[in-house]
Formats: sequence, structure tokens, C-alpha cells
Amino acid sequence: MISRLFEVISRRIDGPLMVALVLTISLGLTAVYSASGGGAFDRVLGQGRNLAVALTALWIVANIPPQALMRLAVPAYVGGLALLVSVALFGEMRNGARRWLNLGFTTIQPSEVMKIAVPLLLAWYFQRHEEGLRLRDYAVAAILLALPVGLIARQPDLGTALLIFASGFFVIFLAGLSWKIIVSLGVTGVALLPFLWGMMHDYQRRRVLTLIDPLQDPLGAGYHIIQSTIAIGSGGVLGKGWLNGTQAQLDFVPERSTDFILAVYGEEFGLAGTLLLIALYILIIGRGLMIAANASTLFARLSAGAISLTFFTYAFVNMGMVSGILPVVGVPLPLMSYGGTALLSMLVGFGILMSISTHKQLVSS
Amino acid sequence: MMVGQALRDPRRELTVFRNRLTVAGIAALVAFGLIVSRFVWLQVVQREHYHTLAEANRISVVPVVPNRGIILDRKGQVLAANYSAYTLEITPSKVGHVERAIDELATVIEVSPRDRRRFKRLQEESRNFESLPIRTRLTEEEVARFAVNRWRFPGFEIKARLFRSYPQGEVASHAIGYIGRINEADVRRIESAGLATNYKGTDHIGKLGIEGAYEKELHGTTGSEQVEIDAGGRAIRALSRSEPQSGNNLLVTLDIELQKVAEEAFQDYRGALVALDPATGDVLALVSKPGYDPNLFVDGIDPVNWDALNNSPDKPLNNRALRGQYPPGSTIKPFMALAALHYGKRTPEYTISDPGHWMLPGVSRPFRDWKPGGHGMVNLHRSVVVSCDTYYYGLANDLGVDAIHRFMTPLGFGHKTGIDIEGELPGLQPSTDWKWQRLKQKWYAGDTISVGIGQGYWLATPLQLATAVATLANGGTAVHPRLVRGVQDARTQEIREFPVRAREPLAIKPEHLEFVRAAMVDVTKPGGTALRVGQGAPYLVAGKTGTAQVVGMKAGEKYDEKKVKERHRDHALFIAYAPADAPKVALAILVENGGHGGATAGPIAREVFDFAILGKRPERKQKLGEEDGPSD
Repeated sequence: MISRLFEVISRRIDGPLMVALVLTISLGLTAVYSASGGGAFDRVLGQGRNLAVALTALWIVANIPPQALMRLAVPAYVGGLALLVSVALFGEMRNGARRWLNLGFTTIQPSEVMKIAVPLLLAWYFQRHEEGLRLRDYAVAAILLALPVGLIARQPDLGTALLIFASGFFVIFLAGLSWKIIVSLGVTGVALLPFLWGMMHDYQRRRVLTLIDPLQDPLGAGYHIIQSTIAIGSGGVLGKGWLNGTQAQLDFVPERSTDFILAVYGEEFGLAGTLLLIALYILIIGRGLMIAANASTLFARLSAGAISLTFFTYAFVNMGMVSGILPVVGVPLPLMSYGGTALLSMLVGFGILMSISTHKQLVSS
Repeated sequence: MMVGQALRDPRRELTVFRNRLTVAGIAALVAFGLIVSRFVWLQVVQREHYHTLAEANRISVVPVVPNRGIILDRKGQVLAANYSAYTLEITPSKVGHVERAIDELATVIEVSPRDRRRFKRLQEESRNFESLPIRTRLTEEEVARFAVNRWRFPGFEIKARLFRSYPQGEVASHAIGYIGRINEADVRRIESAGLATNYKGTDHIGKLGIEGAYEKELHGTTGSEQVEIDAGGRAIRALSRSEPQSGNNLLVTLDIELQKVAEEAFQDYRGALVALDPATGDVLALVSKPGYDPNLFVDGIDPVNWDALNNSPDKPLNNRALRGQYPPGSTIKPFMALAALHYGKRTPEYTISDPGHWMLPGVSRPFRDWKPGGHGMVNLHRSVVVSCDTYYYGLANDLGVDAIHRFMTPLGFGHKTGIDIEGELPGLQPSTDWKWQRLKQKWYAGDTISVGIGQGYWLATPLQLATAVATLANGGTAVHPRLVRGVQDARTQEIREFPVRAREPLAIKPEHLEFVRAAMVDVTKPGGTALRVGQGAPYLVAGKTGTAQVVGMKAGEKYDEKKVKERHRDHALFIAYAPADAPKVALAILVENGGHGGATAGPIAREVFDFAILGKRPERKQKLGEEDGPSD
């Protein structure tokens, strides 16, 4: 009976990926507990609730076959785009940015939907034109990508815009866009940087400048970076021990349970802890890429590859930011940071990976 | 591996995809390698650096302020003490709208207009992040009431602090001085003295009088506590502590009861009195009337009280005993008589016939005696007893100003006495050199004549007169007046007495001194200018009266008929010591606009002597100056 239940639950679950996810999430919970001051369980319980929701979503998505997921891509994308437009029109201003949509009973951040919808849609698009991809197809894909990215960048939410751009770009890249075009686009991009600078908001410019020299504004924008590098650096090889990080426990690390949780973790568990975390991330990404490599349809391959690489991007951008080599953009550390929305979209992504990984036999047979 | 599964798709497409995937995977690994190397750099190579920064972040050294020493009079009465009380302090930078917040506070605990004024003044003088008291001395009930409403007042904090109090109020305020909040000038002084560390956490400092001069003894040594703090600066727990060392208690030479008697003896007059122990120079009483309440200054004085003190025509903040420079008048006649004997210009037998005036050869205007018609036959002894001006006009002319200067300087005239508190003025002992250097003028013979009766350019402080008369009292040794005789360790109660600074006896022949002392005793007997001082006393008093002419009003003062009249009256002076045969107290008294010395200053001296020698408190029947009789 129990084994039957287990069989039902685990049928669509990819074992290695799940193990790595659970280990990482456990590390995240210990760090969130520490970041909430130790002794207070409400944050951990809150994150537990988020986790329950997100894992359920993962399980449901994992049980949907990839073909069905492909059919959901277009409605998700169109719906997400509609939401983004209504945010631009009726969205709520918070901290100078228009990112939230008030639905009366709750507020949502439509850009989160796009994190999944964009790679799925582009993968769907390439799947439909599988017979012979031409330059025109890549151009259409680029436009499909540019629409949500542009809307999100205008909110302004540069971090999310970049991540969604990355997720879409990964699909296009994996679909085989020629290196020549990639390189020339890259060169053009660099040449356009000054114009981009001109379009940036003051606070965005400040973040970039702060990265170059955090001491320039030690109590303002530089404070985050200075305090988080102090936290990480002072952790040393083995760390100060769980709940013993002075930077974290005495409030010196800002946003310590969310975007800067790595500073708490790195201070208390040292280099050993950070290496373990990176190893788990590599395992997760490696498994994801393996699933992509072995997927049976172009849609499955592209979306699995893009989701894995997007996950990598999240991890890399957050770690780079917290350790002071990338500008401060509001990107949580995947599977570690406190917060429900990011966790949900992350685990839905892994649900898709698992669906692809466990349904391929059926398709290929 | 698993190549077979891709058979359905075009092989090339799959190869491209897998190549791309490999490229991306390698790129991800490289990126993670970058992150890993960054972590190695931070956590291994730079670990020490960041460890130091983290410790500096978390550990703050909090000063532990020492208790200030207390001040005790010579009989152990408390002149300045500390008490612990609650204050409510505001850090303006943490409060949005300070005025509004105070209005709201007033609904919880009482905030008087005086509190507001004082706070405003403090706020103007300090930086925004300093914690400034809005209310001091809160009652337990007020503390409780505030605590309940605490959440409404961010940036407000109740603190338990030690306060200074001066239980004697106005009594001896000019000697004791006061402490006040450290201002920018104090900070500079502290820093240049290299004491900045020892003053961390201290926000009061001695400003004037003994509190100012003995700041070093009173302050003590600041301790420290290593405290772990959070990013908001709140202390979480103490890590280690080094105890502060309390300041020393000061043992003061004043006899506060004598001081009270002396101050009361002045009634409503302005003036000054300095009473010394002639053997040691210990100051037994130091009066400057009017005084002020030093307690007003402790928490920062409010502008209304400040203006009242600062702008009063009575100048209560001016320490007349040390800083009042008055013509000494006839009080210098005993010293002039000594000079006459010393330089052999007069013998005790030499006698003049006083017509009531004296003519300087070549000058048509006569120098008049204070007594119209003169004193008749006057020898040196009688010249002191009846204070004959004519005698001293001639004597001064014979001595010359430079001999007078030479003789008076060792007695303490014309330079600071070196009393152990700040602010003393030197007076002026004129000489030909002085006039030439300062006024670029030649000294005229006429100038000397006025100097002969303590007028003209001669200026002395009451403290100088007291020091000089103490020298007569103790048999010819100049003294260093002092207010503090020793310190007491607050912990061990061990007393360290300051040695009396010895001075060489002056080169005065004992028989000359004896002659002058005898004349001064007769001043307080029938026939003398201060007969009332000696009347009915069971001890002998040696004294000398004096009157100083008041030069006109100062420019800029408002014309007020009544005041001008009163303030144009002469200053009354009196110097004396008693008992004449074994002196215990030597004093100098100045009563501003008191008229003649014998009538107003003399009775004050008698009350002080009666208390100091007999322990007898005065029963006052008469107002000062209402007595007739021989004067000057």
C-alpha cells in the first residue's frame, strides 16, 4: 500500500535531480533559520509552507507530459504578456518601480510567470519550425523575447529583465543560431553599452559604479557589498559555525535572509560550505543538461537546456553579486533565499525537467 | 551514450544541439570556477583582513565615565556632590520633527518652558547626533509614565546619570565655581592637553573656580568596556571591562559657616571679602556679592536665566574678590608707614602740623585732606589711626613712586597672588617705567601724591589686600593664598595634603612691623577710624579703613538717576586681622558704593571675627552704614 503510494508519487520524479534539490533546499533552510536570528522559527516555517506549495507544483508539472506542456506555452506567454501590459498601465508603484499587479485579494508580479513562459514559448516556436530553421525564425524568436524583456526593463526591473533575456537567449543559442551572428551581436551590444548607460536610471548607474568602487559610498549603495564581502571573507575556510556569524547575527548583512543569504551561509560555513553549495549547483545543472541532451523532442531539449542554464545564471549572478564581482541586482540565490515566488517558478522549472526526463520513454517507444 | 535514442531526429541537428550544450556547460563550469576563485580569495587569502573588519564592526569600546570627586570644606561639609538621577534625552538626528515630538512629550510628562529654552540652546551648541537632555531629574513616576509611552518617541531615551549638585546654592559660588557641558573650546583644550581619551563619554567639565582649576583631580580616569554591538549600534553584551577610577575628593580651605556669616554680613551690598589664615594663606572665606546659583549651569543654563545673570548691572558673574581692581585708598597707609620706616624717610617721632591740605612745590592746587581743617599735630602712629592724608602726601613725595613700587611689590601688589583658581587680575602698582611703557608719558610729581593715599593709578584686588594684610599679621612673611589644601582618594579615603608653599620672610625689621601693628590696633579703638570694630570685643583687632573714589559711569550704561547717584558713592574698604596678638584671621573687605570704610566695611569684619574667633553668630540690629562717627 505504502509502496504503491510511493510509486505514484515518485513515478515522474527524477531521482538524482530530486536528491540534489532536497540537499540544497536543506542548506537553504538552515541558512534561513540562522538569518532570522536563530531561535525564531517563523521564517523557517514560512519557507516550509512556500516549499510545500512549490514541491506540489513541481510534482504536478512533472506529471504533465511534455506535449501537454508545449500546448500550455502559448497561453502562458500571451497571458503573461497581457499581465505585463496591465502592470505598465495599472500597476502599483513600490519603491519607485511598477512591478506589482493588485488583484484585490493578492498582488502578483507577472514577470515571474515569464521566467517559465518565455523559454517554453521559444522552444515551442522552434519545435514548430523544426523542419528547417532559417534566420527569419531566429528573428521572430528574438522579437518574441524582446517584448516581455522590454516591458520588464521599463518597470524598471533590470535584474529580472536580464534573467528572462538570458533564458530566451539560451533557447535561441541551443537552437543553433550561428556563431557568426552571436559574435557580431555581442560586438554590437558592447558598442551600444554607452547608449544603454544613458538609458539607465540613477540607482542602476549607482549600482554599477558601486561595484567598481564600493568604498565610494560606504553607507549607501556600497554598504551591501562591503558588509557581505566582510561576512564571507571573515568566515574563513571552515566558517564561524552555524548561528555564530557576527556579521549576520548582529544585522550587519542587509537583506540577509533573501538576496544576501549567501553572506550568512558563507560566514557561518566558510569556504567548505560554499564549495559544497557550488558542487550541488553543478550537480543540478549537470543533471539538467544531461536530461536536455537525452530528451526526445526539440521542444523538450530546448526547454530543458534553457531551464538548466537559467538556473545556472541565477546562481552565478547572485553569487557574483554577494561576493562583490557583479553589480547588485535583485536576484535571489536559487533554492537558498527566503521567498515563495522565486522558489515556485524555480521548482516549476524543475518539474518541467522531470517531466521531460521521465516521459521520454513513452514518446520514443 | 544513449546515442540510439536520437535516431528519430536528424543526426546533425542533434550534434549541433549537444555541441551547444557542451559549450554552455563548459562556460558554466568556468563561471563557477570564477566564483570559487573569488571565494578562495575572500575566505582564504584575505581572511585575516576581513576577520579584522568583522571584529571592528562588532566590537565597540564604550567608555565608562568615572565619578567626579566631591568637594568638602575644611570641616567636612559638602560643597559639591553627585547624585544619580534619570534624564530624558533626545538625539535630534533620530527625531523627524523635534518641536512636535516635544509637544507630544508634554502630554505624557511635564516639560516646562525653561526645559524647552534650555534644550533649544543646547541644540544650537551641539551636533545633531548628540544626545541632549530635554528633562532632568525625572521622578520614578515620570520614568514609568514615559516607559509606557516609549514606542511613541523614537530617538528619546531615559538615561541614569550622575548629576552635580551644589547644596550650598549661592554660598561661595565664586570660589567653588561650577561644571557645565563640554563646549567646542573645552574640546580643543582637552585635545591639546592630550586628554581626549580620558574624556570619552564625559559630557561635563569644570568651568570656573575650584571646579575648573582642579578639574584634573576631580575628573578621575575613564574606564572602558568592550561591548558587542549590532549594526544599529545597540549593545548586545559586554565582553570585558576595565573599571574607571573615581576622581579625588577635594578638601577645601573654606569654612562654609564662616563664609555664610560673611555673605550675610554684606546684606544687600555688592562687594567682596577675602579672609585668610595668615600663617598658611588658606582662604577661609571668599565672598563676591552678589553671587549666583551654580546649580543653574549644570544642565546647561537656559537663555532667560543667562541673560538675567549676564546683563544685570550688579554683575553677579564677576568674581570681585579676584577680578575687581579698585583703588585701595587709605588701606595702604600701614604699608606706606612701613616703607617710610624701612627707607628711613620718617621716624616715629617726626610730627607734622596738618592744616587740612598739602602743597606740592610749584603746583598751586592744594591736595586736600579728607577732613576739612585737618587733624592738628600728627606723627606716624597717629597718621595711621586717624588716616591723615596730609601726612602721606608729604611722605609719598619724599619716597618717590619707584621706591613705593619697590616696597609694595614683594607684599603682593601689582601682580597676581597666585591663588589656585583661574581668573585673577594683577591690579596695578604704578611706577615711572610702567607709565612710560604703557602710557608713553612722563611721570609727574603730582602723580605720586595721589598714589600716597592709594588713589591715582594704584589698583588692587581684595585678594591682594588680604594677602598683604596677612603678611603684616604673620610677622612679615608673604603668603600664597590657596583654596584647596589636599585631596582624598575616593576609594581608600586616604588623604594627601598639599604642602604649604613656603616663602622667604620679607626684609622688614621686626620693630618697624611692631610699630605699624600697634597703630593698626589703635584704629579700632576710640579715636580710631574704625572704633566700632573693636567696641566690646574680647579680643584685639588690628585694622585700617579706606575709601575709594568711584570714577564716573562707564560709556554705554543707561542713565538712571537713582542708580547713578547710588553708584557714584565711594567704595568702602577695610583690612584687618585678629586677634591682634595671635592672629587667626586676616581679611580684606570691599563694599561697593558703601561710603566710608569704618561705617560699612568695619561691621562686616566684626561679624566675621566674632564668628571665626568666638563662634558667635551676629544679631543684627542696624543696617550697614547707618552709624555716625569718625570716618575713613
